Amino acid sequence: MAITRDEVAHLARLSRMSLSDDELDALAPQLEAILSHVARVAEVAAADIPPTSHAVPLTNVFRTDAVQPSLPVDEVLAGAPAAEDGRFRVPRILDPQE
Amino acid sequence: MTEALADVARLTAAETAAAIARGELSAVEATQAALDRIAKVDEAVNAFLHVDTDGALAAAAAVDASRAAGEPLGPLAGVPLALKDVLVARGMPTTCGSRILHGWYPPYDATVTTRLREAGIVIVGKANMDEFAMGSSTENSAYGPTRNPWDLNRIPGGSSGGSAAAVAAFETPLAVGTDTGGSIRQPAAVCGLVGVKPTYGGVSRYGLVAFSSSLDQAGPMARTVLDAALLHAAIGGHDPRDSTSVEVPVPPVVEAAQRRDVRGMRVGVVRELSGDGYEPGVAARFDEAVAVLAELGAEVVEVSCPHFDYALPAYYLIAPSECSSNLARFDAMRYGLRVGDDGDAGAEQVMSRTRDAGFGPEVKRRIMIGTYALSAGYYDAYYGQAQKVRTLISRDFAAAFEQVDVLVSPTSPTVAFPLGSKVDDPIAMYLNDLCTIPANLAGLPAMSVPAGLSEGLPVGFQIMAPAFADDRLYLVGGALEAALDARRGYPLLAAAPGL
Repeated sequence: MAITRDEVAHLARLSRMSLSDDELDALAPQLEAILSHVARVAEVAAADIPPTSHAVPLTNVFRTDAVQPSLPVDEVLAGAPAAEDGRFRVPRILDPQE
Repeated sequence: MTEALADVARLTAAETAAAIARGELSAVEATQAALDRIAKVDEAVNAFLHVDTDGALAAAAAVDASRAAGEPLGPLAGVPLALKDVLVARGMPTTCGSRILHGWYPPYDATVTTRLREAGIVIVGKANMDEFAMGSSTENSAYGPTRNPWDLNRIPGGSSGGSAAAVAAFETPLAVGTDTGGSIRQPAAVCGLVGVKPTYGGVSRYGLVAFSSSLDQAGPMARTVLDAALLHAAIGGHDPRDSTSVEVPVPPVVEAAQRRDVRGMRVGVVRELSGDGYEPGVAARFDEAVAVLAELGAEVVEVSCPHFDYALPAYYLIAPSECSSNLARFDAMRYGLRVGDDGDAGAEQVMSRTRDAGFGPEVKRRIMIGTYALSAGYYDAYYGQAQKVRTLISRDFAAAFEQVDVLVSPTSPTVAFPLGSKVDDPIAMYLNDLCTIPANLAGLPAMSVPAGLSEGLPVGFQIMAPAFADDRLYLVGGALEAALDARRGYPLLAAAPGL
């Protein structure tokens, strides 16, 4: 179960974490050790076994579609990194080169 | 007065509430006793990330006012409590032990918090924890480790280590923890406490910051089985705000804790949760406790749950997979930290910088393991296979509960280990959860109750029951606690060194 440094870098990109080179170097052997441990699940013969995503069998839990008060907007925005005009202010989401 | 209040801090929750109800003690005095104790010992223990002195004293004064007005008080009214910092409470910051939420104040209360407040329970502060509840030692907190009150050089367990240490150090009689793979039971075990993971769906997850949604469950931590039952009853029950909350009444846990009778009960010792890998002192205390239950009239048999051998690897695929999805919400846009927003960087770049700066090493490891297990080409072999193993573990439980009423095992293979001894070895750290994980995967209730000491450190005894038979935990745990306390002549925590 070899996991290369490039694969770790790819996982970091998918996970939206800009890891440093030192972190990538440290993580590669750790992830390899963890993955070789958890890969033991393959030893279990389970081809015909249904998967369990949830321990309690609940389906389609509905509530009545009634109007509820929202969270207090001022308090919500007070916890945001940046806010403007009653909204979250975010960095640009479109690339100006495109 | 000060000396009297020092004794107040050592009262159990039931004793505290009874003294308040009788008018022998005010809720403000009980809260002040907790605050005094925190001021005295918490610099060394680091159980609390935030202490809400004003809010706690105001809540206590409200209980005293209710009593003065002749209003009925709940069975835990006026009792101080430590709330794990993964459950939100207005007026106090919530960090989840992470830098990424540093300084964030939630705009709402968790349902658990609401029920605590309605019960007149006084939330004195937020308890330290492994970052986002990932860990077994509380060393993964961004705000420094919590220390075990039995030996300050050792870990208090995790991830609810702050909750456990607060109760074991006599800072508060009660705490709420959360348990995804053992995070209530293992710290309870290594700190000499009672800790219960209720049946999944038994306690609302609304306002519990999600780590692994299909496994997370909040529950009580206390010095006695009765105190745990009283807290369980206060926070449990259906909540329409949580779609995974089940419409089943809270099992009769308080009555069970009071009845504490195991005569005629069938107790199954799980063969796969014993043997090599367990410290001799842990195995010895476990065997003694099983013998005590037999003396008390339980019928003890050995049962086999063959797929439990695969519970740990299945868990360390399922929990990281759910975590990698849940923690995507920490995107630097709506709450918490934002790093590198220099006007030039785009949203994705800011997000990536923030998540690198804001998450600690264990959270990063788990996000990446989860991302790997869920990625195209690996999904069936990892996450999909782990979900099938989960089914087989549930079937093992179902077969075992056809033969017995409860299952038992040690809670953790070891006693509290020295700080720093496992922090760089993820697999060694994960092995702490060996015995506790099966109950999470199957959604079943489980308790850790003190079984005695090994080389001066507490050992936990785990009891597992069928879904929504949480009361059986209290019957067995209560009986064991009473018998061991009687044999010893004092409660286990009385043996803890003074701080």
